[in-house]
Amino acid sequence: MKEQVIIADKLSKRFGQFMATNQISFSVSAGEIFGFLGANGAGKTTAMRMLCGLSIPSEGSASVAGFDVYTQTEEIKKNIGYMSQRFSLYEDLTVLENIRFFGGIYGLSDLQIKEKSDALIQQLGLEKEAKKLVSALPLGWRQKLSFSVAILHDPKIVFLDEPTGGVDPLTRRQFWDMIYAAANRGVTIFVTTHYMDEAEYCDRISIMVDGKIDAMGTPAELKKQFDAQNMDEVFYQLARGAKRKE
Amino acid sequence: MKQFLSFVRKEFYHVLRDRKTLFILFGMPVVQILIFGFALSNEVKNSKLLVFNQAQDEASAKLINELEVSNYFEIEKVVGSYSEIHQTFKQGDIRLALIIPANFGSDLAHQNKASLQLINDASDPNTATTLNNYVNIIVQDFLAQNYPSAKLPFAILPQTRMLYNPQLQGAPNFVPGVMAMILMLICVMMTAVSIVREKENGTMEVLLVSPFKPILVILSKAFPYLLLSLVNVTSILLLSVYLLDLPIQGNIFMLYAVSTLFIITCLSIGILISVLTNSQQVAMLISLMGMMLPALLFSGFMFPIENMPLPLQVISNIVPSKWYYIMVKGIMIKGLGISSLLKETAVLVFITTVVLIISIKKFKIRLA
Repeated sequence: MKEQVIIADKLSKRFGQFMATNQISFSVSAGEIFGFLGANGAGKTTAMRMLCGLSIPSEGSASVAGFDVYTQTEEIKKNIGYMSQRFSLYEDLTVLENIRFFGGIYGLSDLQIKEKSDALIQQLGLEKEAKKLVSALPLGWRQKLSFSVAILHDPKIVFLDEPTGGVDPLTRRQFWDMIYAAANRGVTIFVTTHYMDEAEYCDRISIMVDGKIDAMGTPAELKKQFDAQNMDEVFYQLARGAKRKE
Repeated sequence: MKQFLSFVRKEFYHVLRDRKTLFILFGMPVVQILIFGFALSNEVKNSKLLVFNQAQDEASAKLINELEVSNYFEIEKVVGSYSEIHQTFKQGDIRLALIIPANFGSDLAHQNKASLQLINDASDPNTATTLNNYVNIIVQDFLAQNYPSAKLPFAILPQTRMLYNPQLQGAPNFVPGVMAMILMLICVMMTAVSIVREKENGTMEVLLVSPFKPILVILSKAFPYLLLSLVNVTSILLLSVYLLDLPIQGNIFMLYAVSTLFIITCLSIGILISVLTNSQQVAMLISLMGMMLPALLFSGFMFPIENMPLPLQVISNIVPSKWYYIMVKGIMIKGLGISSLLKETAVLVFITTVVLIISIKKFKIRLA
C-alpha cells in the first residue's frame, strides 16, 4: 500500500447554519491524480481551502503530507503547490520575474531559482518570451506557466482549482500531459474540474453533492456503478439530486 | 528575509511599470507645491481700484500714487461721480473704490484729521478684508512719511509682530498642509488599492497558500510605499527650500522621524481599508472620501479648526493629518523640539496602534 498523503476524516466546515462541507472522508495516495468533482456551490472550494491551510475546519480531522490541518498549517504550506482557477501570475511582471518571485517567496536560493527557471523556460519553449510581460502571453501558455510555477518548489502535493477553465481543447490536452509528467515524478495531484473528459484522465475521482461526497472511485468503477456510458452521465445522475442552487 | 526582499522587489516592479501610478506618485507633490506656491495665494496682488478724487490736491495725488506703486493695487478707473462707482462695481471689474473728499489736503494740514471712504466688493469677504488692511497700512505709511509731526488720534499704538512668518507668506502654511495631504493620499490609497488588487486578481490566495506569512505579505506590501513616501517628503522639502525659499527651522532628522511615524499611521489605515474591502474601486472611494476629505477639512490647513462647531472640533482629533500638520508646522516653521510635540506624537502612535490591531484582527477573521 502506498503512502497516504491526504487523509480527510469526517471533515466539515460550517458557516453559521450552513454546512458548506459536511463530513467528507477520503484519502489520496502519493503520486495519484485525484479528481475532486462537484457542481458549483457543492463545497469543493471550501474543502480545498481547508486542506491548503487557508481555512480552519469546524469538525473532523485531516492531514496533508503528514501534517495536521489544525495545528501544522505552516508545514503544510511548505509541502504543497497551489494553482487557482483565476489566473495566478502577475501580468505586469515578465515570465522570468514571476518565476523568480514565486521561487523567492518559497525560499529557494538564487542558484536554485536560476537553474529551475532555465529548465522551466526551456521545457515550455518560452525562450523568446522569457523577458516579455506575462500579459503578452496567450491564456493557454499562461496556465501552463502557472502550473510550472506552482510545482517550482517540488511540492509533495499540488492543488489545482479548475486549472483549465477557458482553455482550448488542444492546450488542455497539453496541460494534462504536464500533469501526468508531474504525477510520474511522484507529485500527488488534487484537481477540481468541470470538464468530464478531464475526469476520465484522473486515477480516482470523488463527486460532491450538497457538501457531501456522494460517489468515489476510479472512473471505470463509477461508470459501472451508475450504469453510465461516460462520466457526463454519472455526474448528471448525481448532480440532478442536488438541492442547493448556485 | 530573502523572501521579504523578493516580495518588495516585486512591489517595486508593480509601481514602476504602472505609468499612471508613477505619475500620481511623483508628479502630484510637485504639481501641488507649484499650485499652492504660485497659483493659490492668500496674498492679493494687483487688485483693480477705482478712484473718485473730489479733492484733486497735492496730498490726494500723493496718496493715490502710494497706492499705485504698492503692487497691491492697479488703478482701473478714475471717475467723477457716485453713480459711476456703482455702475463700475456692477460690471464686476473692480474690487475696491476709494473716495477722497473735497477738502482732504486742507483738512489734513489744518485739522490734522481727514476722512476717506472705502467701498468694497464684499461678495468675497476674505479678499475685501485683506484689501482694507492693505489700504490702512498704506495710509499709515503715507501719514508717517508726509506728516511726521501729526499727532495720531489714539494714545495706544499696538506694535504688531508676526512671529515665525513676518511677511505673512502663504508657504509656511501650505507646505506642511501639502505634505500631510500627499502622504495621506499616497499611503492610504495606494497601499489599499495594491493589496485589494491582489485579492481581485486571485493572486492573494496563491500568496496565502505559500509559506510566506500573511503578516509579512501585508508588511512587504506596505514597505515600498514607506520608501516612496520618504522620497516624496524629500522632494517636497527640496522644492519648498529651494523654490519657495522656505527654510527648515527645526531639526531635519526629527522632521523625517515624525513623517515616518505619520506614514506608518497612513499605511496602517490603508491596510485596514484593504482588509475591509474586496474591490479596487471601493478601496479607492473609501480612501478618497473617507480619508482625503477629512484630511483637507480637519487638518486645520484650509479651515481653522477653532472656528468649527464643537462636535466637529472633537471629530478633528481623530484625523491623523491634523496632528501631523501641527508637528510639521512646529518643526519646520517654528523650529520646535520634540519635547513640545510629545502630545501629538503620542496621539499618532495611539491611532496607529489601534488601527493596526483592528486590521490584524479582521485579517485573521477573514482567514479562518
